[in-house]
Amino acid sequence: MEVLFVALIGLFFTAAVYLMLSKFTIRILLGIVLLGNGVNLLLFTAGRITREVPPIIPADTSTLAAGAANPLPQALILTAIVISFSFFAFLLVLTWRAFEELGTDSTDEMRLAEPLDEPLPPMGY
Amino acid sequence: MASSFASIDLAAAMVTTAPALSDWLVILPTALMILTGATLMMIRKSVRLHAVIAITALALLVVLDALLLWQVSTRGPVSMTMGGWLPPFGISFTADIFGAVMALAAAIAALLAAIYSLRDIDASGLRHGFFAFLMLLMAGVSGAFLTGDIFNLYVWFEVLLISSFGLLILGSEPKQIEGALKYAILNLIGTTLFLITVGYLYAIFGTLNMADIARKAGSIRGMTEDAAPLMTLTALFVLAFCMKAAAFPVNFWLPASYHTPRITVSALFGGLLTKVGIYALIRVTIMLLPVEREALSLVIATSAVLTMILGALGALAQNDLRRMVGYVVIVGIGNMLAGVAIGSSVAVSGAILYALHSIVTMTALYLVLGEAGRLTGTFELSRLGGLWGRAPWFSAGSLALVLAASGLPPFSGLWPKIMLLKASLDIGAWWLAAAILVSAFLVTLALARVFLLAYWRPAPGGEGEAATATDWRTALPIGALATLVLVFGLYPEPLLALSQAAADGLADPSAYIRSVFPGGLVP
Amino acid sequence: MNTLILRTAAPVITALMLLFSVFVLLRGHNEPGGGFIGGLIAASALAIFGIAHGPGAVQRAIRFHPMAIAGAGLFLATMSGLASLIAGVPFMSGLWVYPDILGVEVPLSTVMSFDIGVYLVVVGAITAIALALETEPENGSAHDEGSR
Repeated sequence: MEVLFVALIGLFFTAAVYLMLSKFTIRILLGIVLLGNGVNLLLFTAGRITREVPPIIPADTSTLAAGAANPLPQALILTAIVISFSFFAFLLVLTWRAFEELGTDSTDEMRLAEPLDEPLPPMGY
Repeated sequence: MASSFASIDLAAAMVTTAPALSDWLVILPTALMILTGATLMMIRKSVRLHAVIAITALALLVVLDALLLWQVSTRGPVSMTMGGWLPPFGISFTADIFGAVMALAAAIAALLAAIYSLRDIDASGLRHGFFAFLMLLMAGVSGAFLTGDIFNLYVWFEVLLISSFGLLILGSEPKQIEGALKYAILNLIGTTLFLITVGYLYAIFGTLNMADIARKAGSIRGMTEDAAPLMTLTALFVLAFCMKAAAFPVNFWLPASYHTPRITVSALFGGLLTKVGIYALIRVTIMLLPVEREALSLVIATSAVLTMILGALGALAQNDLRRMVGYVVIVGIGNMLAGVAIGSSVAVSGAILYALHSIVTMTALYLVLGEAGRLTGTFELSRLGGLWGRAPWFSAGSLALVLAASGLPPFSGLWPKIMLLKASLDIGAWWLAAAILVSAFLVTLALARVFLLAYWRPAPGGEGEAATATDWRTALPIGALATLVLVFGLYPEPLLALSQAAADGLADPSAYIRSVFPGGLVP
Repeated sequence: MNTLILRTAAPVITALMLLFSVFVLLRGHNEPGGGFIGGLIAASALAIFGIAHGPGAVQRAIRFHPMAIAGAGLFLATMSGLASLIAGVPFMSGLWVYPDILGVEVPLSTVMSFDIGVYLVVVGAITAIALALETEPENGSAHDEGSR
């Protein structure tokens, strides 16, 4: 089961890296979303994969049942989802604004802050 | 609900005694910043109150951090675990000398930058919530310095990242949006890398509490001959934190973005953000995974040398003052990285001292150059001039900071450089020592050129007459920072002792572990 | 997106979703649900309303600026943690009271107030972003919303 998951995570990462290597911001953004999901799956797999026993202690005992799922990776994933979701929403706004203001979504053409023809500093006093 | 708990012995999983009041010191800095930030968000229309509330809160933050440092240095690390759960089940906040002294330095820099912002940030910046973002940024920075949990460190990284986005695009100029986009995407990839590493860490250790990791690292190393899991972990940590700290070859986001926002924002970023990356790197590689760091030290050292030299060359090639300071920040990162690469006691305390010096000096340098740019109306080296005649006192303060940033006596930049040089010569790494010296020389050239051109030479066009003179809002922060730099240059003993104690606490984390697990509990 | 059907249905859908979001928020303590997911439902309700009637209508309907709502939530959540300071227990410990309201025992806790804080933060922040995306670039106010 783990091997399957690892292969799937690898697939996610491959696609994410491929998309992030693009020079268009929207594709980079999609790559980041895929990467975030790959990482969530990785966190899930790292916390051991078990079946169908929720990590809830029954009322009459004080320990978990055998083979219960690990709740911690789920908490970590939930946090990571919250964070990556809000970042994605923010980046979406930012990309849209960048497209409006700069008139391009190609990172090659974003040279306003780092102009190509910037003069050298004075060479003499 | 209430009755069903009665039959279960809670003492095995929960804290049953009330925490000491002094333990709260480790929580309060972060909580105070979040509360103030939330208040400022609620009263977003009453812009006039923002500055008063924010500066009062930052002054209080300095007091709290100073109390925490005093507590930690007299009585050892302080720890509190959230929700009443026993560690490692609850999230711990743990402060040792290293964390507390970094938090104090960051708070002082932020307070002075906030005073400077009274002049620098206009009404539109205030309406966009400059001070609210500043408070949340400081919450993230304080949280990162004081947390004792790796995943929690990741969360604070994200908190400071998202508030730094807000600060970056304060003016909504196209240039800023472009810089913010590059900054945001590359930093997000960096923190995602950090998250991946946290996943691996959890798979290997089964815990995320730093004290617990430090305790278990030895036995996990002994369990198997295979070094691959821990080496992978350390390599990924180094890469993620180097990205955050702007070390070569993953530092291109810094010169692309740090010159675009308001000067106060640049000062805060240059002073604080990269240092959080260095802090995390030192915390993880020196305290948690020292054996694996040893194996990677050549890689880190190579990156350090390249960061220093290329940063210094970059600084020499810039015509825009703000971009030049961005490269000077990068040179400092290279120096600190050299300390991490060597890893001896002198080297680590040198790196910590350098980080403290860098927080103060880089904030100050941005503020000084911002003021120079405001007085003359330009940031371009080819057009600046005549500052000495116009503002002699301001120029004297600038000279102190320029010398401090170059690492020349009698200012604070000298001591960490000497310690790092000694540490690298001790292990025979002459090339590392040479790189530190050459980069320091190049930075001195770059900064001295600024002084020659912008201050001594008469103004080229005789323009910029409209600029108003320096007043207390800009003079006070610059004067205070220059005084700090001078005092710690002439009388470095207390800081040397503190950074030595911080390095000792990292090399032998038993006190740190004891503060989290007081009874030596083994859950 | 400005059809008659959507404009007629949107207020009803929004009201229903807002009600449902509160339900999800409150059941979250012991069952699936909670502040984050509840907040997302409420934010999508406001987004639908915004699609039908424009971001200005949403702004008028919620009275406060979204970021001010998020700030209030952040404040409430932090205060829920700091209540432990007075009770003499570690930060963020759950504190419970069981007042009798009209003969029914109502368990109230700092856990719940923290969750309500999370709900408000999510509603505020996501609504701010949604409004920024819905605002047409021509009418200039995109500048104001785009900051977050």
